[in-house]
Amino acid sequence: MTEQIITRMKELPSTHLLGTGTPMCSGCGGLEALHQIYDILGENTVFTNAAGCMTLLSVYPFTPFRGSWLYTSMASAPAGAQGIRDALDILLEKKRIPPEEDLQVVTLTGDGSAYGMGLSATSGTIDRNLDYLYICYDNEGYGNTGQQASAATPHTALTSTSKSSRGYPGYKKDLFAIWTANKPAYVATVVGSEPLDLAKKIQKAKGIKGPRMIIALSPCPTGWDFDPQYSADIGKLAVKTGIWPLKEYEDGKLVHTRVPHERQPVEEYLKLQGRFKHLFEPQRDNAAITEIQARIDSYWNNVTGKQ
Amino acid sequence: MNRVMITGNGAAAWGARLAKADYVPAFPITPQTEIIENIAAWIDKREMDARMVTLESEHSMITAAGAAAATGVRVFTATSSQGLLYGMEMMYTVAGWRAPFVLTNVSRALAAPISLEPDHNDIMAARDCGFLQIHCATCQEVVDNTLIAYRLAEDHRVRLPVIVNLDGFYLSFTREPVVLPEQDLAAQFVGKYDSENIRFRASAPSSQAVAVLGGSPYSYFRYETHLASLEALSVYEEAVDEFAKTFGRDYPAVESYRCDDARFVFVMLGCFATKAKDAVDQLRETGLPIGLVRPRLFRPFPAQTLKEALVGKQAVAVIDQNISMGKGGVLHAELASALYGQENTPSILASFIGGLGGRDISAEEFYHIASILQDAVKNNETPKTQLLYTEQELRGIRKLQAIAQVEQHELGNQR
Repeated sequence: MTEQIITRMKELPSTHLLGTGTPMCSGCGGLEALHQIYDILGENTVFTNAAGCMTLLSVYPFTPFRGSWLYTSMASAPAGAQGIRDALDILLEKKRIPPEEDLQVVTLTGDGSAYGMGLSATSGTIDRNLDYLYICYDNEGYGNTGQQASAATPHTALTSTSKSSRGYPGYKKDLFAIWTANKPAYVATVVGSEPLDLAKKIQKAKGIKGPRMIIALSPCPTGWDFDPQYSADIGKLAVKTGIWPLKEYEDGKLVHTRVPHERQPVEEYLKLQGRFKHLFEPQRDNAAITEIQARIDSYWNNVTGKQ
Repeated sequence: MNRVMITGNGAAAWGARLAKADYVPAFPITPQTEIIENIAAWIDKREMDARMVTLESEHSMITAAGAAAATGVRVFTATSSQGLLYGMEMMYTVAGWRAPFVLTNVSRALAAPISLEPDHNDIMAARDCGFLQIHCATCQEVVDNTLIAYRLAEDHRVRLPVIVNLDGFYLSFTREPVVLPEQDLAAQFVGKYDSENIRFRASAPSSQAVAVLGGSPYSYFRYETHLASLEALSVYEEAVDEFAKTFGRDYPAVESYRCDDARFVFVMLGCFATKAKDAVDQLRETGLPIGLVRPRLFRPFPAQTLKEALVGKQAVAVIDQNISMGKGGVLHAELASALYGQENTPSILASFIGGLGGRDISAEEFYHIASILQDAVKNNETPKTQLLYTEQELRGIRKLQAIAQVEQHELGNQR
């Protein structure tokens, strides 16, 4: 079956393959992205999962997945993908299974694993040119344990381990750059609130062999402290303010799939979230807001060639 | 008959080759590395139809091993010491997946202090993880028991990964004459790996190793694993019976040497037991009725067989090449639990710790242990745990300490 290339919103699949009634929080941006991703990847998939919120998707004896699933550990979900991919290849080569029994191997982890504990195992799969798709739902903190700061937490964000008025002192690690530095097959950023961009990237990634990474910004009502109804708005603002650049890396080339012209001020994004409330109340922290804005401006000036 | 001179590591590699392992996730560590080097060379020369992948850590290696076994291929892997402990989270995990495969552990001491030389603390750390454990004393046992391990692991009554353990250096690097089982017979003995429902296929989606909520389902699955491990006792007996019929070599779960009329017994694991055998022969020359008992199977623990082997004996010395800090020898404690409250068991069950980090256990020390047992019987009093260490060794360490102090003093003066 050749799939039609998705170019318009109307062409997005409406299959809703992923079951409902999961224990994810309402307004979970990660689940929003996963629903869309799964519709495109389809059920001939096996997910290897690391410890995180989405580990609770499959709780004995229930699963929302039509396809397969293996929970591994926090550090080694990509190594689980390695074992399954190698085993399927061996079974195919030795003709112990017919080609139609093959599966797309997908790793699904949060940012805690993808940016931190699992990075060694991830790096190994890039060295070995493993044919798999890695999906990181990035909610910028150790969400499942109550949103402690992770390597993906943005500067100044309040987390349950950075509660002072200065918030998290570090800066979000550039996982996209870590991946692309090693020339993998494909890397892209997505957000569930931009379904067409997401669908095009997943469809493209699905058709490529080798190590592929999708980093999905995942607005998190409980961790970021906002009302679940604003989840999609916050995702859209992440793109419109330029704080979450939508981009892809393929054949050694980096392309920004959405360049927000007339970027909205980042405070439009920040002020909707309780984790940044201290930047506005009791008094406005101009220095911090200016710094965050300057970093975004600098990023995009590099992209568009403006100085 | 194909008789060769190979090391313990070579024997482990031959075991994987004869069992027709499909997949070998690997990571180098002393003293295990020779195993994966041999396998890599065979794959390069197309003498072994397998895929080897070097992972970036043992944690990933054991994950990949379990995931591949859970997808339905035959997996072999190997490690030692720090590597086994680095992967320990996954040792527990993949055993819980009920993913059958064979892991050779080449025993080596654990840091700190860091050492390359052997003892059994690494393998004892894996005691509770769910892997079965077979302990080898000769290179022949290594190759044969690797085949037996696959039978055990893959049996539908068991479905658990198995560690085949051999001692680093003393066995891993010692060449011994080994009869290599004939390939067709070995393959026939091991059989095809039928993973049944343990697999990932497009036509049969499945979720493996999912989370459970609450202690009830958790306990159920943990108990199941324990019961499967216990089931392995009789499955092992069947496997070794068939092995003996096919290949003429017998591997009872517990080896007894000159025990029939013995009043005194050494109990040991692994290849240092061959030293104990020699000591038994020498002591028998002096008229002492002494024997040796060596469990091959350590998980499941062959408690009943050990009890039968030791019933009616007067005194037993358990010589542990491991040390559980604040307790003592692990095998001693396990044996005590198997014997306690049973009829006619030895009244003296003495504990000795020795052979740590490559330290030898000399013939004189075995004689010393035997004399302690005789005194204990005479006084009807179990001696305290003894940490084997000679005066000469202590003098040696005092010299090293003196050098360290002089150097520290000299360097200190320069600052």
